[in-house]
Order: sequence, then C-alpha cells, then structure tokens
Amino acid sequence: MNWGAIAAIYRFEMSRFFRTLMQSFLSPVLSTSLYFVVFGTAIGSRIDQVEGISYGAFIVPGLIMLSVMTQAISNASFGIYFPKFIGTVYELLSAPVNFLEIVLGYVGAAASKALFIGTVILCTAAFFVDLRIAHPLAMVLFLVLTCLSFALMGFIIGIWARNFEQLQLVPLLIVTPLVFLGGSFYSITMLPPVWQTITLFNPVVYLISGFRWAFFDTSDVPVGLSLLAIGGFTCLCLAVIWWIFRTGWRLRS
Amino acid sequence: MSTILSIRDLRKRYDGGFEALKGVSLEIEQGEILALLGPNGAGKTTLISTICGITTPTSGSVTVGGHDIISGFRAARSMIGLVPQEVALEPFETVIRTVRFSRGLFGHPRDEALIERILRRLSLWDKRNAPVKELSGGMKRRVLIAKALAHEPRVLFLDEPTAGVDVELRKDMWDTVAELKADGVTIILTTHYIEEAEAIADRVGVISGGELLLVEDKKRLMARMGKKRIEVLLSAPIRKIPPALAAHDLVLTGDNDTLVYEYDTHAERTGITRLLNDVAAAGLVLRDVKTRESSLEEIFVDLVSEGRS
Ligand SMILES: Nc1ncnc2c1ncn2[C@@H]1O[C@H](COP(=O)(O)OP(=O)(O)O)[C@@H](O)[C@H]1O
Ligand SMILES: [Mg+2]
Repeated sequence: MNWGAIAAIYRFEMSRFFRTLMQSFLSPVLSTSLYFVVFGTAIGSRIDQVEGISYGAFIVPGLIMLSVMTQAISNASFGIYFPKFIGTVYELLSAPVNFLEIVLGYVGAAASKALFIGTVILCTAAFFVDLRIAHPLAMVLFLVLTCLSFALMGFIIGIWARNFEQLQLVPLLIVTPLVFLGGSFYSITMLPPVWQTITLFNPVVYLISGFRWAFFDTSDVPVGLSLLAIGGFTCLCLAVIWWIFRTGWRLRS
Repeated sequence: MSTILSIRDLRKRYDGGFEALKGVSLEIEQGEILALLGPNGAGKTTLISTICGITTPTSGSVTVGGHDIISGFRAARSMIGLVPQEVALEPFETVIRTVRFSRGLFGHPRDEALIERILRRLSLWDKRNAPVKELSGGMKRRVLIAKALAHEPRVLFLDEPTAGVDVELRKDMWDTVAELKADGVTIILTTHYIEEAEAIADRVGVISGGELLLVEDKKRLMARMGKKRIEVLLSAPIRKIPPALAAHDLVLTGDNDTLVYEYDTHAERTGITRLLNDVAAAGLVLRDVKTRESSLEEIFVDLVSEGRS
C-alpha cells in the first residue's frame, strides 16, 4: 500500500474544505436552525408525538441523514470530477497508486467532510430539542457507514459525469427524492398500507430507520436489515469502482 | 551505458479506431537527452501518455528500469516524472502545496529542503505561497516541472516544454534541462522545433504518422538536415553544363536555365564564392540567385524515402 499517497490525496482534498471552513460550518448550522423553526416549532406544535417521541426530536436523525448523504455525494463527486475537468487527473493516472489508494484518499476526505457536517447538525439540534441517544455506538457506526457509502456513490458519479449538468443530475433527480421519501420527516407507519409497501423498495428507508433506531430504539424495519442494506450498498459501490479502474472507464483513453 | 527505457513494438489504437502509434520500438540510454521531433498529430503525446499510464497500450511492451509499465506499474511509474503538454493545475492551491502533493502522491516522505531547492532552481521560490491562478503562463509551466521533479524521477518526460513560450524563457528551459542532465536524469522531450532538438539533445528521434522514422545521433542528423541549396537562374537556357563547372556537382533544371548547387551550412567552406566566380568565368550571365533551406516537412519526406530505400 502506498500510504503516503492516500495521506497526500486526503490532505489536499481537506485543504479545499478548510479554505472554506466558515462556509462549511455556517451553512449547516443555519439550515438546521431554519428546519427547527419551520418544522419543529410551526408544524411540530400541531403534530403531537410520533411513536412517543416529540416531532422536533423525531426529525433529527432524518435531518442529519439528509445532509450527510447529499454532502457526501456532492463532495466526492466534485472531488474527482474537478481534476478530470481541469486536467490534473493526469497526475493521478501516472502516479504509482492503485484504485484502492485513490478511492481511500478521495472518498475518505469526502466522508470526513460529511461526517463533520453531520456532527455540526447534531450539536445544533441539541440546542433546540432534548436529545437522548439510546445506542451511541450504533449511531456513530450508521453515520460513518452512510458517509462512506454515499461518498463512494458520489465518486462513481464524478467519474461518470462528462459535464457539470450530469454532475448535478443524479443527486437532484434520484438521491434527493429518495431521501425525502425515505422517511426523513415521518415514520412510514404514518403512510397508507400501499405506500408502506412501495416505500420498502427505497434503500434510503433502511438507512434512516436504522439511524433513528440508534437514537430512539424504535424502527420502521429491523435493524439487522438496515445494516445489511448499508453494507450491501457499500460493497456494490466498491465493486463498481474496482471495475472502473480495471477498465479505465472514463478515466484512461 | 545501460538502457533505462525500452519500448517494443508499441501500438495504440484509440476507441474511435484511429491508430496513433503503429509499432514504435526505441531504446533510451541512461542519462541521455532524447528529442522526439515531429509535426502536430505525429503521436508524440500518445507515446508519452502510454508510457506514463495515462492511456492504455493496444499491444507491445514498455519497461522502465527493467520494470514493465503494467505488471510492475508501481516501480516503473516511481521512476518517471511527467510534464504534460497542456498546463493543468489546481488554480486555488498555492505553488508549494501543489508541489508537496506531487511528492506525497509518489509515496515519498516530506522533504522541505528538496522542495526549496527545486523551487529555487525554477525561480519559483518567491512565489511559493501564491495561488497558482495568479502566476504567468511561463511560471505555471515551471510549476508543472517542479511537480514532476518533486519525487526525484530518474526519467523525465517533457511534452513540448517550449511550445508558445517566448525566446528568453525557451533559453531558460534549455538551461534547466542541461542542469537536470548533469544530475543524471534521463530526459525525453518532444518538440517541433529543429533548433530546439539541435540545442539540447544528444539523440534525435523523428516521428511522423505514428511511426518512428529514425533515431540518430544529433550531430549526424544535423549534418544531414543542414543542407541548403542555391539556384542560379541564367539569362538564357544552355544545352548542358559547361565542362569548366563540372567540378561543382551541379544539376541543370527548369527550362535548362537553372543551375542547382547543394551545400552544407555546417561545412567550413561552402564553395559558393568559387562557384559564382566559375559561372562568370564560363561566360554565363546571371538573371537571379536564390537560396533555399529544406523545411521540416521536406526533411521528413527525405527521411521517409531514405528510410525506405
Ligand atoms: N483521445 C484520443 N482519441 C482519439 N484520437 C486521438 C486521441 N488523442 C489523440 N488522438 C489522435 O492521435 C494522433 C496523435 O496525437 P498526439 O499524440 O497528440 O500527437 P502529437 O502530440 O504528436 O501532436 C492525432 O491524430 C490525434 O488526433
Ligand atoms: Mg502533443
């Protein structure tokens, strides 16, 4: 393993993040506060409780997941798309590194940024609602795995994209709807039976349900299934990336 | 001298079906400067990109320091530094960070003293904390060189390092190349300027249409390329060359009114004065005298036909 290369990529990517630290920090704080003002206070006052939890607290896991997933995808996809766009990818392709090292560097950095933002949101939320975390270790595990798997997916999108429109397309058309319809802001038991069944085909449901279980010890789907879903998704992304580097798809002519 | 880079029957067919390399074989000696001379589209960049791992070869093999570029890609690439033809740099990063990144990417530990030496040598030290986007074009090109040198490569590829660079910077670049050679770095550079190959190379390879037409010691090649011709236009046609001019190896062309004399610009005596005196002494009247230098294109044509005969 070329650990030096992984560290170099990671550090270089993170420096982009630190250059805009204020913005990286302020925007999740602001948006989370707005969510609480709008959903938690205005709407929450009309919704009593969901599964014995105050609505304000109930939406916290979904809120974190929503940001973490979109951030992981956009950071990772931009991280690898940008070198392709400006041409600096020549250096990666001609360096003594294999696919795993490149992935660890870029995906590791993107996941770290998402994790940072997720933590900021969690802390901000703690100001607005009374939060208790039933399974702290499981909470961290779900959070880290979500950051990683969605960063892997973002990495694939970044390699696939030929222009900025395509870079935005998948997150906009596929990921955001799936996340919003994945029970971020409601329990799927609140849906009519038909929709409950349809919803189960949405992979994001499993992630949010598992994450919420870590907080409140209640879940829409069994926790084991949630772990399986996120583990399977991670493996799928890794397999696709392995294939990309083996064939040089969209990277090497 | 030992071979550091060995290319055997390398072919590259791009996805569209275009064959950019048609079986290139070449051995490069340790410590030499090889200039690859060829017109646009000859396949110079493709050749370099294939050796460096940016494009995948269709067939053939390349070894660097004995390591195959595919099965031993780590060892092979560790020895190579690449300065690409197009300037590609992270615009917002500072000079020194991009150079540090390159060293790290090759798995080397930090070495600030080395990076300072490299940046000073390339006159970039004062700009080390400036974002790359604030640099001039010539400086950006030097940042690319600094990045390529940051992992102390044994073989350095410079793809058209002086294309679009003004005369003064070009001389600086040549000096840099000479210094690197003194450090024992093997250098392969591409260019379409004959003078550039002449100024810095030990050997010159001529590439055209995806084929390596020849690789030859520079001095011998320059002697061949340094041919000039004089055309002496006479006021009236003659039937044959007068015996008094037989010693000059002239050719009678045009409507039998033009004498063509070829000479070597590198030779001590060109024989022009004597020729013109003898022409006058033979009683011929001159209408005009023209000199012509072979263009790069003509030299290529010459080389191809010579290579085939
Ligand atoms: N990615 C590519 N796909 C298809 N054809 C290409 C590609 N890159 C280069 N070529 C073609 O290969 C030939 C050689 O190009 P190149 O190696 O860049 O030449 P040079 O560097 O000598 O100017 C050109 O005809 C060019 O159009
Ligand atoms: Mg070129």
